[in-house]
Amino acid sequence: MTLARRIIPCLDTDGARVVKGINFAGLRDAGDPVELAARYDAEGADELVVLDIAASRDRRPTFLETIRRVAAELAIPLTAGGGIRTLEDARAVVRAGADKVTVNTAAVERAELIAELAGEFGSQAVVLAIDAKRAGESWDVRVRGGRESAQRDAIYWAREGVALGAGEILITSVDRDGTQCGFDIDLTSAIARSVTVPVIASGGAKTPAHFVEVFTAGGADAALAASIFHERIQPIGALKEFLAREGIAVRLTR
Amino acid sequence: MKVTILDYGAGNLPSVERAFERLGVATERATTPESISRASAIVLPGVGHVAALIRALDTLGLRAPLCEAVRRGVPFLGICLGLQVLFASSEEAPELSGLNLFDGSVRALPSTVKLPHMGWNQLRRARESRLLRGLTDDAWFYFAHSYAALEPGPGAAATCTYGAEFSAVIEWDNLFAVQFHPEKSGSSGASVFANFVEMAI
Repeated sequence: MTLARRIIPCLDTDGARVVKGINFAGLRDAGDPVELAARYDAEGADELVVLDIAASRDRRPTFLETIRRVAAELAIPLTAGGGIRTLEDARAVVRAGADKVTVNTAAVERAELIAELAGEFGSQAVVLAIDAKRAGESWDVRVRGGRESAQRDAIYWAREGVALGAGEILITSVDRDGTQCGFDIDLTSAIARSVTVPVIASGGAKTPAHFVEVFTAGGADAALAASIFHERIQPIGALKEFLAREGIAVRLTR
Repeated sequence: MKVTILDYGAGNLPSVERAFERLGVATERATTPESISRASAIVLPGVGHVAALIRALDTLGLRAPLCEAVRRGVPFLGICLGLQVLFASSEEAPELSGLNLFDGSVRALPSTVKLPHMGWNQLRRARESRLLRGLTDDAWFYFAHSYAALEPGPGAAATCTYGAEFSAVIEWDNLFAVQFHPEKSGSSGASVFANFVEMAI
């Protein structure tokens, strides 16, 4: 009886369609969120994340409708985020069917947002997403889709976020995102060692070996990826079978 | 038959409704003592802070009708906080009283493990379980909680261990409760709902 390590596909959307960019730029269409969600549920995904990376005010109703349609397909947990700036934004996402919300830039700008969300929905529903970029011996927090520096240490911010009530940390390596050359193991393990909550690693995954590495050396509780799942470079079922053979506890559904 | 789901604003209510819908079972949302009193099967979903649930039950005046329905033998299924609230008290909100249908208190999971207990875990059967009928011992269930009914009592049909052993499935006559989220537990969760419906008919 062991808590399974989780495999989490991420749907980056423009509100309505799934898109994918490299290093947070150069977006292109990668499919219909509802179709992808149903496929991942069937393949054995442990959770699903849906992000609104455009996060523009006028597209918001479209994104909420996307959450509703995705949630209706799923019998696994759904996390939604992107552009959540207020408690009211988070309520709309939860009402649409999300089990958890992720906050990123807005929490950097106003840390109390984390406490407000934890107070209303409980810590288990609050995921602090941190985009981090290596800066010498440490990692700098990046905001606005990775474009700007927040002038803040990622480890410090992760700890602070947990103290305020975040129930999970989603750590994305800006350096590795979209490169498919493996998770940033140093970054992941530094975060995992620093906080008392589960850590989701993101950015750079391609091969099954990358996942083994992030769960062992990286100490991650969950691993998130997007394009390798969308483009069927790495089927989730085969990935989990590989992890099981490597002695990593995963939920096998077949 | 119709399943009555207590609606006090719990975030997982729509998922629970959908889970019953998929089984072809009608549901209704209940917010009044009258709707509890005439229910033929009751589900209490819950996620978040136990204080919110207890306060809502008292504000809506549902505490007495709920205990009364359980005593009458109406099949009841508590989910997550809906399990924790059945006990006398919880360390998460020590100033409030639970429904006191089970002795003992709900306590924090030990800080030797990462909290919340978040993700998929497996169960150990303490005895024959009606809710888990047809499921194998390697079935996975989705958990998301930091508090639990530690030191499982005679009501525990199955336990889970994360830092400490706790009641994961409680069955006592018509009273059923699970610490995990069947509405988020894929096909194994669907089986739990199906078993509950079968007993409730």
